[in-house]
Amino acid sequence: MSFFHRHRGLTPYLLLGPGIAWLAVFFVVPLGFLAYQSLQSGNFDIGYAFTWSWGNYWHAIRDYHAQFVRSLEYAGLATVLALVISYPVAYWIAFRGGRWKNLLLLFIVAPFFVTYLIRTLAWETILSDNGFVVNTLQSLHVLGSSGRLLATSTAVVTGITYNFLPFMALPLYVSLEQIDGSLIEAAEDLYASKLHAFLRVTLPLSLPGVVAGTLLTFIPAAGDFINAQLLGSPENHMIGNVIQSKFLELTDYPAAASMSFILMAGILVAVAIYARIVGTEQLTGTAT
Amino acid sequence: MSSIAVPTAREPNFLATVLAVVRRHVLTVYSFLFFAYLLLPIAVVMIFSFNNPTGKFNYTWQGFTWDNWRYWDGVPGIRSAIFLSLEIAVVASVIATALGTMIALALVRYGFRGRATTNILIFLPLSTPEIVLGASLLTLFLNLSFVTFGFWTILIAHIMFCISFAVVTVKARLVGFDRHLEEAAMDLGANEWTTFRKVTLPLTAPAILAALLLCFAISIDDFVVTYFNSGSEVTFPLFVWGAARIGAPAQVNVIGTAIFVVALAAMLVNVVFQRRREVRA
Repeated sequence: MSFFHRHRGLTPYLLLGPGIAWLAVFFVVPLGFLAYQSLQSGNFDIGYAFTWSWGNYWHAIRDYHAQFVRSLEYAGLATVLALVISYPVAYWIAFRGGRWKNLLLLFIVAPFFVTYLIRTLAWETILSDNGFVVNTLQSLHVLGSSGRLLATSTAVVTGITYNFLPFMALPLYVSLEQIDGSLIEAAEDLYASKLHAFLRVTLPLSLPGVVAGTLLTFIPAAGDFINAQLLGSPENHMIGNVIQSKFLELTDYPAAASMSFILMAGILVAVAIYARIVGTEQLTGTAT
Repeated sequence: MSSIAVPTAREPNFLATVLAVVRRHVLTVYSFLFFAYLLLPIAVVMIFSFNNPTGKFNYTWQGFTWDNWRYWDGVPGIRSAIFLSLEIAVVASVIATALGTMIALALVRYGFRGRATTNILIFLPLSTPEIVLGASLLTLFLNLSFVTFGFWTILIAHIMFCISFAVVTVKARLVGFDRHLEEAAMDLGANEWTTFRKVTLPLTAPAILAALLLCFAISIDDFVVTYFNSGSEVTFPLFVWGAARIGAPAQVNVIGTAIFVVALAAMLVNVVFQRRREVRA
């Protein structure tokens, strides 16, 4: 009799053990340390002491509410843009992709094969002051002759939208792909209008994909600082930029830690509001 | 009767056909524009890997050259950064995939207490912003005085954020697994370990390979978490970040293009294999 046979009940725990331990020690415990750090006072030279200093949170909101709001704004805007831009394409691939579906999906994820920082730098090139895009917009008088795109909020939102687009397009595709085409046909027979059929059948059935894509795009976008750093100016800095510089340049750990928690709380509130709007069944995927 | 009925019945049909044709073409044209937009930055990366910049900035086209490719490691630090990234990606993806596969097996095959908690624990790192993952791990290491930042802290971090991806990937494919095959093996006298080795493992191999590739890709691309936990070590994304502040050299585009081509080739092979398997099935 093998060991596994005699201790069958133990097997799942043995399988889980190492991985779960890793996540516990290097994911859960660090969050605890971050919470602990966020309530400390002092500075890097004299050291930090735990003093229940809730003031860190208050000061973070007082001094950096602009960056917090901007993060949620940019992330929200980028999420809506990504949804609007990629929905028709996800629809096209799902219903008209035919045998090319896999190849087209490969195109959708292609940006992920280029290092994140390098593709953001490519946008820096595309949007640069003497670049093709700026010159065209200037000659169309959309931009003034001295107008620029780089170092503006437009550039930052453009970068964020592009960088997280596959996170939106893939779940949309998956939910659209699962829709039974005969349902849409039946709806078209009954409602007599393609628009109505789309609004009343296709769109509601694809809602799980919309929800998944929205969350997958919004959450990482709200914490991003790379696009704001490379494509924006200090006026476009998001809370990620502040957290990053407080941690790594200014070594003001308690302030940075409290901001990290406020960011998480902000995301949770945004997701909760969103859940109220679309319904919790959609959010947890328990809708039938 | 029919000669009157036909035109009236035909009209909405005809209109619908026109509408359908227009809509199909609008959607197709739009989709091609979308792909152009999606691939534009990639084309820029590739084209500018052949640029011959006069100054520090590789922003405007100056002229064609092979030199950046010939001297791909001609910038101080780029070579060691690439090798560090590769080293960490290999080790992290192997360990994370092993740990993740075990968790996925436990979740799919066994009922046990704490399942729901385990699922939440797997889901949480995926839904936490990277900056919070990096910052919290940094705080842990800062509070442990014996830790020196470098290779090991980067490796620990990468394994941490790869595990959940590995679990999700393997789990998705294990769900459709026919357990009768294992029962048959056991009935024929194989013990659990032999069954696992000869039946379970070969059947889950594609899922494990997929997880391995995904973890490798995520690890080699990671900037944020690495930035917080690297100390003075420099991975390739960190090298790009540092270089970007003073103007990234064209070699960065060379490496970016090379990574893109290798990843694309791996994915194409995967697509071809999938199609072949579908044809056979």
